[in-house]
Amino acid sequence: MTVLDSPSQRSHEPARERYHEVVIRFAGDSGDGMQLTGTQFTNTSALMGNDLSTMPDFPAEIRAPAGTLAGVSAFQVRIADHDIHTPGDAPDVLVAMNPAALKKELGDLKPNGVVVVNTDEFSARNLTKAGYEASPLEDGTLSGFRVYPVELTTLTRRTLEETELDTKTKDRCKNVFALGMCYWMFSRPLEPTIGWLERKFAKKPELVDANVRVLKAGYFFAETTEVFQVRYEVEPAKLAPGTYRNVLGNTALALGLIAASRRSGLPLFLGAYPITPASSLLHELAKHKRFGVTTFQAEDEIAAVCAAIGASFGGSLAVSASSGPGIALKAEAMNLAVMTELPLVVVDVQRGGPSTGLPTKTEQSDLLQVLFGRNGESPLPVLAAASPKDCFEVAMEACRVATRYMVPVVLLSDGYIANGSEPWRLPEVEDLPDLRIDFHTRAEGFAPYARDSETLGRPWAVPGTPGLEHRIGGLEKEDVSGNVSYDPANHQRMTDLRAEKVERVAREIPPTEVVGDPGGGELLVVGWGSTAGAITGAVAAARAEGLPVSQVHLRWLNPLPPDLGEVLGRFRRVLVPEMNTGQLAMLLRARWLIDAESLSKVQGRPFFRQEILDAIRERTAGTNGGPR
Amino acid sequence: MTEAAATLTKKDFQSDQEVRWCPGCGDYAVLSAVQQVFPDLGIPKERFVVVSGIGCSSRFPYYMNAYGFHTIHGRAPALATGLKVSRPDLEVWVATGDGDAMSIGGNHLIHTLRRNVGLKILMFNNRIYGLTKGQYSPTSERGKRTASTPLGSVDNPFNPLALALGAGATFVARAVDIFLPHLKDVLQRAHRHRGSAFVEIYQNCNIFNDRAFAYMTDKENRETAIVHVEHGKPLVFGEGKARGIRLEGLRPTVVELGDGLTADDCLVWDETDSTLAWVAAQMLPPELPTPIGVLRAVEAPTYDGLVVEQIESERERHGEGSLDELLRHGDLWTVGADGHIESAGADDEAPAG
Repeated sequence: MTVLDSPSQRSHEPARERYHEVVIRFAGDSGDGMQLTGTQFTNTSALMGNDLSTMPDFPAEIRAPAGTLAGVSAFQVRIADHDIHTPGDAPDVLVAMNPAALKKELGDLKPNGVVVVNTDEFSARNLTKAGYEASPLEDGTLSGFRVYPVELTTLTRRTLEETELDTKTKDRCKNVFALGMCYWMFSRPLEPTIGWLERKFAKKPELVDANVRVLKAGYFFAETTEVFQVRYEVEPAKLAPGTYRNVLGNTALALGLIAASRRSGLPLFLGAYPITPASSLLHELAKHKRFGVTTFQAEDEIAAVCAAIGASFGGSLAVSASSGPGIALKAEAMNLAVMTELPLVVVDVQRGGPSTGLPTKTEQSDLLQVLFGRNGESPLPVLAAASPKDCFEVAMEACRVATRYMVPVVLLSDGYIANGSEPWRLPEVEDLPDLRIDFHTRAEGFAPYARDSETLGRPWAVPGTPGLEHRIGGLEKEDVSGNVSYDPANHQRMTDLRAEKVERVAREIPPTEVVGDPGGGELLVVGWGSTAGAITGAVAAARAEGLPVSQVHLRWLNPLPPDLGEVLGRFRRVLVPEMNTGQLAMLLRARWLIDAESLSKVQGRPFFRQEILDAIRERTAGTNGGPR
Repeated sequence: MTEAAATLTKKDFQSDQEVRWCPGCGDYAVLSAVQQVFPDLGIPKERFVVVSGIGCSSRFPYYMNAYGFHTIHGRAPALATGLKVSRPDLEVWVATGDGDAMSIGGNHLIHTLRRNVGLKILMFNNRIYGLTKGQYSPTSERGKRTASTPLGSVDNPFNPLALALGAGATFVARAVDIFLPHLKDVLQRAHRHRGSAFVEIYQNCNIFNDRAFAYMTDKENRETAIVHVEHGKPLVFGEGKARGIRLEGLRPTVVELGDGLTADDCLVWDETDSTLAWVAAQMLPPELPTPIGVLRAVEAPTYDGLVVEQIESERERHGEGSLDELLRHGDLWTVGADGHIESAGADDEAPAG
């Protein structure tokens, strides 16, 4: 954060410092309510008009042993007075509720950053659990940072002295004390959170009372004590006029699926088996039964996708959602949808792999799995969401292509997008794409594998339609009739037709948008999926430095945009940042014989903008416009 | 019932595909039985769907002139569940085999049965893998010598009826391929049952496991090796119905009738009694006759029915959802053309904590 202006400090008032943006990370034990604290700070900031982006980071264990490094749960939010694309690289402010949180997160904090610590938790026992030999509050560990030590637990208990609550319940309010302090530090109003507390604990007024007291106590503590010398201010961003809400990726995806159901007139069917980080899609859709949504929690991943295929056969808009390990289990059934040419959307919310891997951490390493991880020649369309709000549009697009082309479509998201949030300008329902499709009903001349001349889609003839009784299955189909066929020439023809059908989706992909120099130049950064924010930020920063770099971000991974090869050819170098070991880079090299270079990161967390910016600087050093 | 449904015949359900089972295969008889039963069910032809997995018996849908889906190995119950739950108006039958249903698809079978999805599951049990040329199956007897077990298999077989009962199946029956009238009766009972109906059909594979059921199907053995279970009737069998089954405690024992013992003294079948169903499922040769018929039939809510009920009750309580309201859910704010920001409402949804 860069100080914009800092009026001279008056005797009794803190300095007010204005910033373009601030990155705050709340960190504590899994049970400390850090996700809730961060979410409240985020929602309040959204209502103040900041642009923002969030990233939770929690352990796979629901409650790892208290006070340990493994149990640290964190939530990072970046608030800004301008358009931003990522939750920020390094935090400016760290709120650490215990020694483990401090130990785990301090390394990320910017030099001279602000640390708020709950000193009550810095007992010898907790220090040992966190792996500290001496108290970091005293041994110089925190020199180079602005440290605000606060007895959070003590102050919270004191605030609630007169209440009937037991100590355990009182202590659970300490995150709200920290939140109150942060609201003062960042000049935020308390009302949105008070309103939320009143709604959340509507049936437990004593908890509303306690939490509101503690929230206010935190706020006034910050105001009246001498501890804090500075208040930070971040002005509203200039967002386009409209109505906004803050939305998580998986929520936006669920809403996109319901919107597609409504706009197509097809009932939505989700087959799913619980898996991190895709489960919240199931939770969200399960809430919306009155929209005619059927959610089927299956006995396993295979049943989940098979049930969806059955529903598709019956005329539903069918979806199965999972993460990498589940997608591996679904492979055979996805091929059944390829062969039977039924519409299906398979959502892969990617996580760190291989095997069980890093369930709660993000990665983009399933691209090649969804493209090639099935037996036989098995082409299917694949597209990826670039951000939480993009999930809405991408979900509708996946449904559109699946039903129009009669084909299973894979939608790639990842843990970073699924659990991250950003403001979303709400679309008008009447502006959403019209996805209506007609089932085939005419018996005369009906052939199950006759094809639409434009899309090559076969007729969707659902059971219950008189005169269209027909059989489909996983055995190779005879062209047009759909009868089982082992004819060599027919297999060649059908293999080609299935591939051609997927290729035809490319006809609807808009021309590739080059951010920067559409005419070409030195370096092109090509990305897909959730790296969008970091790449966009890095390329913008590099261009502000005068570096000759441009950007292309792909929504469609299969088919690739038909003009992409030509676009790549306009640049001397192509750099592909991915949270895998170079999967898209390999595809681009194979497809167009260009020297695409991979920038790889597989650490379970997203790229920092800085990492990509550094890579751009290295590759443009000494070129025209670059630093010499 | 529509006019069309009322006048259907067996021929209406015969597809134009050449049937390619081995000559003499028991599957022919089952196909014929189903084609004879379907026309009499009072359901329009277009509402029938036959779903199968992989294996010889799973070619079944191709030979039925109905909607059909030949899926992948073991998954027919799962796929059929999605179809039935989303389209409760359809009459969905599953054709599967012992390998398909009890080995690779075991999980789907037991979960379909426990949910009580309205599917009619015909499990052709020939106690062998036929399509892959004769490996032992999960219902083959221990010691079975096959291509994959030249020294004899060393694992114990499943008891399909016990497995289905253990999974909570609400309708469990056994029939035999060559006993056509009985098979047709059982199929009609299965159709009338609301919820999952599990029918094990003993089926002879004359190529890889010929005469697996000859101990009970050969003419000279039928009277003594089989006992019919029929609701409300005593368990009597043998030539001239001279024998009966009585319970000693929970142990079924064979008694010779006469000398004061009559059919009335034998166990009277009650298909709603779970314990009896379990007892019958455990009646194994050679000590006891093999029971065939409907072992268990009880009424229970169906999964597909309950799913529809939830959707309907939500709609009654809250109305059909408005997409606009759904999108405008949560803490909202509006940005005016002049950049002015205003809170635009909130809801009661708790964020992820």
